[in-house]
Amino acid sequence: MVVDTGGGPNVMIGSINGRGGRGGRPSRYSAFDLLRRGLLGSSWPRAWRVHDQRDSYDVVIVGGGVHGLATAYYLARNHGIHNVAVLDKGYLGSGGSGRNTAILRSNYLTPEGVRFYDRSLELYRHLAADLNFNVMFSRRGHLTLAHNDSSLRTMRWRAEVNKLGGVDSEVIDPGEIAKLVPYLDTSAATRYPILGALYHPPGGIIRHDAVVWGYARAADALGVHLHQQTEVTGIDVDAGRVRGVRTSRGPISAPVVVNCTAGWSSIVSDMAGVATPIQTFPLQAAVTEPVRPFLHAVVVSGTLHVYVSQTDRGELVFGASVDPFTSYSMRGSLEFVEGLATHILELMPALSKMRLLRQWSGLCDMTPDYSPIMGTTPVEGFYLDVGWGTYGFKAGPVSGEAMAEAIATQATPEIIASFGLGRFARGELVGEKGAAAVGH
Amino acid sequence: MIQLPCPWCGLRNVVEFRYVGESRPRPDPATTTPEQWREHLYIRANPRGQVVESWYHSAGCRRYFRLQRDTVSNQTRPVEGAE
Repeated sequence: MVVDTGGGPNVMIGSINGRGGRGGRPSRYSAFDLLRRGLLGSSWPRAWRVHDQRDSYDVVIVGGGVHGLATAYYLARNHGIHNVAVLDKGYLGSGGSGRNTAILRSNYLTPEGVRFYDRSLELYRHLAADLNFNVMFSRRGHLTLAHNDSSLRTMRWRAEVNKLGGVDSEVIDPGEIAKLVPYLDTSAATRYPILGALYHPPGGIIRHDAVVWGYARAADALGVHLHQQTEVTGIDVDAGRVRGVRTSRGPISAPVVVNCTAGWSSIVSDMAGVATPIQTFPLQAAVTEPVRPFLHAVVVSGTLHVYVSQTDRGELVFGASVDPFTSYSMRGSLEFVEGLATHILELMPALSKMRLLRQWSGLCDMTPDYSPIMGTTPVEGFYLDVGWGTYGFKAGPVSGEAMAEAIATQATPEIIASFGLGRFARGELVGEKGAAAVGH
Repeated sequence: MIQLPCPWCGLRNVVEFRYVGESRPRPDPATTTPEQWREHLYIRANPRGQVVESWYHSAGCRRYFRLQRDTVSNQTRPVEGAE
């Protein structure tokens, strides 16, 4: 599918002048507007409007994170389906979209994965212009460290798969790593010496809240209703067909319901009677106080279960692999911080004086093959965009684009054909474990 | 750190254990279709609340046992016939 990612004026926010509801007319953000409002001291209109809940919509999307909002946005922009509601039991971006470590990359292990995530990276590249919202994408390079021969072998394998898919990715030696990442202990005297790394220059970080807000604002401008504090309590299915949802603010009838939740996705799927091979694990992350910029690449170590990047504000963001057992608890633990600090200091001893600012946790829906579940279900009209494990944020744009196409054309797009729910019963798992088990 | 009640060793820190997962009866391989077998392999209840699950005390008695856990609060309690 060809999509105008250049952000032509035909898709811009300002083109819907006069359709504003409460909070005033959506205006186009620009440097001139910023200067004008700064000088005049005028207030900014709300980025999206509040609507009364309708009795019916053409499409109801459960989950107001990047996946749900992107699906709504591309439904309206690419397919002209504007009568869409996005429901979230909390606030927009309150789940995984605001809890991830905001790392983008496309250097996966399987050809299906590489093609899919690279499309997402391409959409992210043009997202700021597309949405008229500064999402602060910083393409700074992504390094996955190899500490043993088998990891190095997987890196070489990944690099070749990546190159075949047209993705910039190569294995580099410790000397080159040391030039890219100062303060990294690349000596051979460590417990887990660094033997090499998979270097992926197009990878980077982005401001995840801005991605959520940008999609929300752009979807709202195209007529999508965003309902926050609206919890789905049931899904009505009749004769194998979805009829609508029941919410904490009353029922909605809809011929199409999309499950775009993370963490609670199996609970929502169960409401429609669709069993999924998903287990929910917490993943913990932490951030330090800000320091002067020194780390210009994203550094990941699978062996040490840690990844680190420095934000534009100067904080170091650390993430880990998922907790060792399933849970819906989002409490951080001291044992995580201890383990994290140990592993970080193994990589960068110079960070020993830095102080953690806070830690948090998000819920990851893990599937057996570290790949998502997207597309149709045995219940007609009920779509899944779930099982996003530790790789959901980076896939947000392409998932929205593909789900919107699947709903609008009632045919599964080729790019997500291998991610269907039916693959488990057929025994056709994707096998992305080599690249996604640690996440990011 | 949460502690788990091992039926042989008593309360121990969770890092001593390996998580195995939801307790599910194994179907009879002789009479199970490939689809049913894959459902057994992959589909999980994944409840938000009480679950009966298996753990392995890898750093202790090295035996498997079952316990009941609340997946929201992580509070655990022993189950009947845990051995």
